[in-house]
Amino acid sequence: MKPDPADTAISFRQVSYRVDNGNGILHELNLEVCRGETLVLLGRSGSGKTTTLKLINRLLTPSAGEILVDGRPLGEWDVIRLRRMIGYVIQEVGLFPHFTVERNIALVPKIEKWPAARIQARVQELLQLVGLDPQLARRYPRELSGGQRQRVGVARALAADPSFLLMDEPFGALDPLTRAELQREFLDLQKRLRKTVVFVTHDLREALLFGTRIALMEAGRLITIQPRDEFLASRDPLVVAYREAFDTNFDAQGGPG
Amino acid sequence: MNVWQFMSQNHAEVLELTLEHLWLVGVSTLLAVLIGIPLGILITRWPRLNKPVLGGANVIQTIPSLALFGFLLPAPWIGARADRLAILALTLYALLPLIRNTYAGIKGVDPAVVEAGRGMGLTDRQLLLQVELPLALGVIIAGIRVATVISVGLATIAAAIGAGGLGEYIFRGLAMVNNSVILAGAIPAAGMALLADVGLGWVERKLSPH
Repeated sequence: MKPDPADTAISFRQVSYRVDNGNGILHELNLEVCRGETLVLLGRSGSGKTTTLKLINRLLTPSAGEILVDGRPLGEWDVIRLRRMIGYVIQEVGLFPHFTVERNIALVPKIEKWPAARIQARVQELLQLVGLDPQLARRYPRELSGGQRQRVGVARALAADPSFLLMDEPFGALDPLTRAELQREFLDLQKRLRKTVVFVTHDLREALLFGTRIALMEAGRLITIQPRDEFLASRDPLVVAYREAFDTNFDAQGGPG
Repeated sequence: MNVWQFMSQNHAEVLELTLEHLWLVGVSTLLAVLIGIPLGILITRWPRLNKPVLGGANVIQTIPSLALFGFLLPAPWIGARADRLAILALTLYALLPLIRNTYAGIKGVDPAVVEAGRGMGLTDRQLLLQVELPLALGVIIAGIRVATVISVGLATIAAAIGAGGLGEYIFRGLAMVNNSVILAGAIPAAGMALLADVGLGWVERKLSPH
């Protein structure tokens, strides 16, 4: 299945990324993200998935190649505008510790000079959307549990209603029960919101749960990119190794086991 | 005559020297804050300047204070009046704790918080004013506190070049071999240092992020 070019939201063309000492992190990556899909970047630590993510919102700049968002090369975008239409959620959450939950969520709308009443309504709406008690709005991040903090992180990323969401192992630091809870809720949320999501994880289960398509990365290269079900059936040795590492009976069609 | 008798007999002069001392410390600390904090911010933005700026401030700190007063004597305008000279020297000494603490405070902000801020589209100025400086404020105030306390002590030496302040009594007492006179300078100076320490310590706690 080739994505329809009209539906391409983000594309990577021969993108490489090297650090200052010349070591390559990414090698000639070609990748397309379709509008409304959740593309999971799966791979072990150091495979280049986080780097790929940070290239999209220009936290990093490619050493070679071109990235297009909405058909326009990143170089033509005003980087601040670009970032404000791309929600960004990271594992460490990174809530502003000196702001209340409310101010954390409201920061971008406030900078964008939304009227106060609209901001207030939006904060309440978002708290509800991510399953948080509106009473928590006045709390500080240190007064929240890990799961609550990441819910706020998601709400903050959604605040200005971005068309894109970049998520870097957002549930990776949570205990298994909380993680399962947040995963379920995010799945529901994504069904409703239909954002274009790029989701980084090293967890195959999570990849299968969220991914419309799954891109497997290894040592800075894209090994394969396939729709979820085809990925499960793939005979690519690395995909097989991944499935074996997780050692479970996934509902593979025609796959081994 | 003990120190308390001396001080009560000369209370007008004690007050005058204390005010001079406060003036020297206050003006120099204020100047150091106005120069040191922007410099500290600057070197977080241009890491290349980090070594020369911190190194320079470090070198100044190693110059013995009397020698520094002497070096500055030939400077135009500054050298013309002892109090200007003293204020310049005290400002230079106070720079290091201010630059270093501003730098350390900003660099000490959780990288995840900075990354999240950048990722959500804060401009460099918004990131600095809304996130980095508020979170670094406690450490910066601690720098002001250290600089002030050092300044109160150092300012006594300014009397050696005729800039006045409580050092007058200390040098006079040394010349007269009279402990009461020395203490009449030392006790108010120590009190001033303690007050600055406690007061700024309180501000530091109030302003530190939760």
